[in-house]
Amino acid sequence: MSSAPITPSGGEKLPREHYLNATYGIRSWLLTTDHKRIALLYLISVTFFFFIGGIFASLIRIHLLTPGGYLVTPETYNKLFTMHGVAMIFFFLIPSIPAVLGNFLIPIMIGAKDLAFPKINLLSWYIYLVGGGFVLYSFATGGLDTGWTFYTPLSSIYSNSAVTPAVIGIFINGFSSILTGLNFIVTVHTMRAPGMTWMRLPLFVWAHYATSIIFILGTPVIAITLLLAGLERMFHLGFFNPAYGGDPILFQHMFWFYSHPAVYIMILPAMGVISEIIPTFARKPIFGYDFIAASSIGIAVIGFIVWAHHMFLTGQSTYSAVAFSFLTFLVAIPSAVKVFNWTSTLYKGSISFDTPMLYGLGFIGLFTIGGLTGLFLACLGLDIHLHDTYFVVAHFHYIMVGGAIMGYLGGIHFWWPKITGRLYPESLARIAAIVLFVGFNLTFFPQFILGFLGMPRRYHDYPPEYQVLNVMSTAGASILALGYLLPMVYLTWSMRYGKVAGKNPWPATGLEWTTDSPPLTENFHETPVVDWEVYDFEHRPELGLLGAVSKKPAPAHGDD
Amino acid sequence: MHRTGELFGQYRTLEQQKETASLGMWVFLVTEILFFGGVFLAYTINRHAFPTAFGIGGNMLDLNLGFANTIVLIASSFTMAMSVWSAQTSHKKLVPIFLILTLVLGSVFLGIKVVEYKQKFDHHLIPGHSFDISYCSKNPTACGLSGKALEDEKKEIEEGIQAEKGNPKDPDEGGLVALNAHAQLYFSLYFGMTGLHALHMIIGAGLLFWLILEARKGRFDANYNTPVDNIGLYWHFVDIVWIFLFPLLYLINRHLA
Amino acid sequence: MADHSEHIVSPKVYAAILAALLVGTVLTVEAAKINLGRWNIILALTIATIKMSLVILFFMHGKYSSRRTQLVIVAGFFWLAIMLGLTLQDYSTRHAEPSRSQINDPATTVFLRS
Repeated sequence: MSSAPITPSGGEKLPREHYLNATYGIRSWLLTTDHKRIALLYLISVTFFFFIGGIFASLIRIHLLTPGGYLVTPETYNKLFTMHGVAMIFFFLIPSIPAVLGNFLIPIMIGAKDLAFPKINLLSWYIYLVGGGFVLYSFATGGLDTGWTFYTPLSSIYSNSAVTPAVIGIFINGFSSILTGLNFIVTVHTMRAPGMTWMRLPLFVWAHYATSIIFILGTPVIAITLLLAGLERMFHLGFFNPAYGGDPILFQHMFWFYSHPAVYIMILPAMGVISEIIPTFARKPIFGYDFIAASSIGIAVIGFIVWAHHMFLTGQSTYSAVAFSFLTFLVAIPSAVKVFNWTSTLYKGSISFDTPMLYGLGFIGLFTIGGLTGLFLACLGLDIHLHDTYFVVAHFHYIMVGGAIMGYLGGIHFWWPKITGRLYPESLARIAAIVLFVGFNLTFFPQFILGFLGMPRRYHDYPPEYQVLNVMSTAGASILALGYLLPMVYLTWSMRYGKVAGKNPWPATGLEWTTDSPPLTENFHETPVVDWEVYDFEHRPELGLLGAVSKKPAPAHGDD
Repeated sequence: MHRTGELFGQYRTLEQQKETASLGMWVFLVTEILFFGGVFLAYTINRHAFPTAFGIGGNMLDLNLGFANTIVLIASSFTMAMSVWSAQTSHKKLVPIFLILTLVLGSVFLGIKVVEYKQKFDHHLIPGHSFDISYCSKNPTACGLSGKALEDEKKEIEEGIQAEKGNPKDPDEGGLVALNAHAQLYFSLYFGMTGLHALHMIIGAGLLFWLILEARKGRFDANYNTPVDNIGLYWHFVDIVWIFLFPLLYLINRHLA
Repeated sequence: MADHSEHIVSPKVYAAILAALLVGTVLTVEAAKINLGRWNIILALTIATIKMSLVILFFMHGKYSSRRTQLVIVAGFFWLAIMLGLTLQDYSTRHAEPSRSQINDPATTVFLRS
């Protein structure tokens, strides 16, 4: 059970020709149809929006250092948490792993030259930028104060903030998601290399397939919902306005029909990343591959029938509330299946604590806490007390940051050698991961307690007895910020000065690790034929691991 | 470019290329099912809440024009299917002919829609400040109403006003004010749903126009007809949306008219 | 995966479907002029569903498409059903049982739906 990282296998020099140097000039990037370049374009854009969201978060936490709310006015505070939410959810969390890592890796992982529709892939990015532009315009011309949930009639009638451009921006951005999801689904169905059967797909691909189902089926509903709310605001219509006989509850139903599955959009890809990291750094095939694949689909499907758990306090009947509460408990099961399988993979594995593994282990712990606290909220009696308190805020940040963002960072580190051909500085990266973990817990664990004690969310002020916990939370946030900044610095540094990585530095078993680092524009010199099972460390002696035997499994029979 | 049917870039076989395009269009149509589905949900909830106002609003629509539009659109689906058949059987000259017919029928649909929308404008049925559901019953000559039709409409409005009085969900008990508010809800949905549908038709018309240009160059035959096929799928979908819009908007309470 | 490119639907079939759709349209208009109470909407939606099915199966070649395509179509409608069904379920069960305070107060019972 060695805990020392494996030294990179070979390669003093980068390959002579690869996707980064294949063509030069700004046009070759802005008009590219190479999924790998598009992934990098997304990387830059989502990082930009992450900064925007992060600035708002910092202002929130600084404001909450003292009761009485002296940093900003109440109206401005409303804008801060709204814009933090909108920027982070729609422009960072939802696109991050799919559009950056998914775009880069899915074609390579299945042995294809590119996605099914490369031009649509580029179009997705431009649509994202246009949507983002509208939202930034909204931020700059008065901001938004409705909460990222845009509840009516505040958003559609009474708010004096720049709701209309924001709603237009998110509407447009929805099409970016839809096209990405469409591309992924079709790609996985029709572009797999010979021998790449469904049950040999990496779990990262399964996770993105499930995520794409949600993209396709959920996003159109938020689009129509925001369109109707926007029309209501622009033309004084009455869909959701009680004064005209409209119904705010209808808005909530339509909004949450998408926005609950949206949270699974945010976590499923991260789970896919973890499913790649854990077997690699435990040097063991993943435990229960079939179950993890099925649970991804399960989460996507069941995730669509639980949305009204956000509406327990809107006057639902007991029958309806019990139904949704029960279904919400049900959706926890596939997530738990994954956690058990990851843990079982670690058991008797040969574990090394490289940076991606640190993020992976952190994910398992923090996601578990976040997920379990979701069950607290699914419990009707408890939800009456905890709804709209900091308990909810802590719950979703444990999943979104402790889960999704750690998955994202783990994935960035894990595939960084493939994307750039270079290694990041390992010791510094491990320190950063630990800093992030510590900072995160210090920021958000006190918020569970605050929630139980009754501190409401979205309030600019609080009674003095809550101050200690708030100060702890803000202190944690400053450490968390450091944990985010460090990777941005050393990853950028490593692009120029990092050690050359070679094809498979870890080593890992996926198809992507058989290509050059960085890969050719067409990914493979010739179409691969897959005749080994996924995560099969035992039968891959070429990976250079001890104990591998060269007994080859039977070739694939049948496809799709 | 695969507009010539040749193998393109990331694909390995022609079969894979065609399959991919087809699956892509079907997946896109599924997103459209959910997109329109949302507004159908809004319609369902609101109609359930205000059946009287919705019935009155529905009867203000011109049944003959709606019926005509339905026939026109169904016929255009037929001509679209025929153009796909023409391509599949390599009747290259027929392909653009059927496509042109489809485009013409689609344009007739949109033309009739313009007429209908103008009518609504003239009858004060556009949601907003000048909305008044009772305008036509008060100004029959401006609306071209007379005889039994006028009597029926007056009766309907009167009954609607009575039904809305004393409704505890109303903002006020004026009867006509409440009826107008709920009828405006109907017309907001009417314009929203038919407007969204018309937008999709306009996009479809644009696609058809491009397709006609390509078809006239003899590009589509048994070996390669994917664009005709896929744009056909889109066109049929838009037809299906109208198949539901027509009864839901036009045929609510016709037995009272 | 074989797709519908192998099966060419004849114009005769298309013409038959066209006729059926036109008949259905006339039917639904005439049926709307008769007062059938709450069956009006059920009849109208049934006819519309049949018309839609004909368009999907024949004009869109759904009948001749691969299993995968058929699954995609079914999934779309299934999800629509989830959205409509579960939302309507919430609406139809609201006010299903009055709260204790409402039962005891005679003034509020007048607003409770039966």
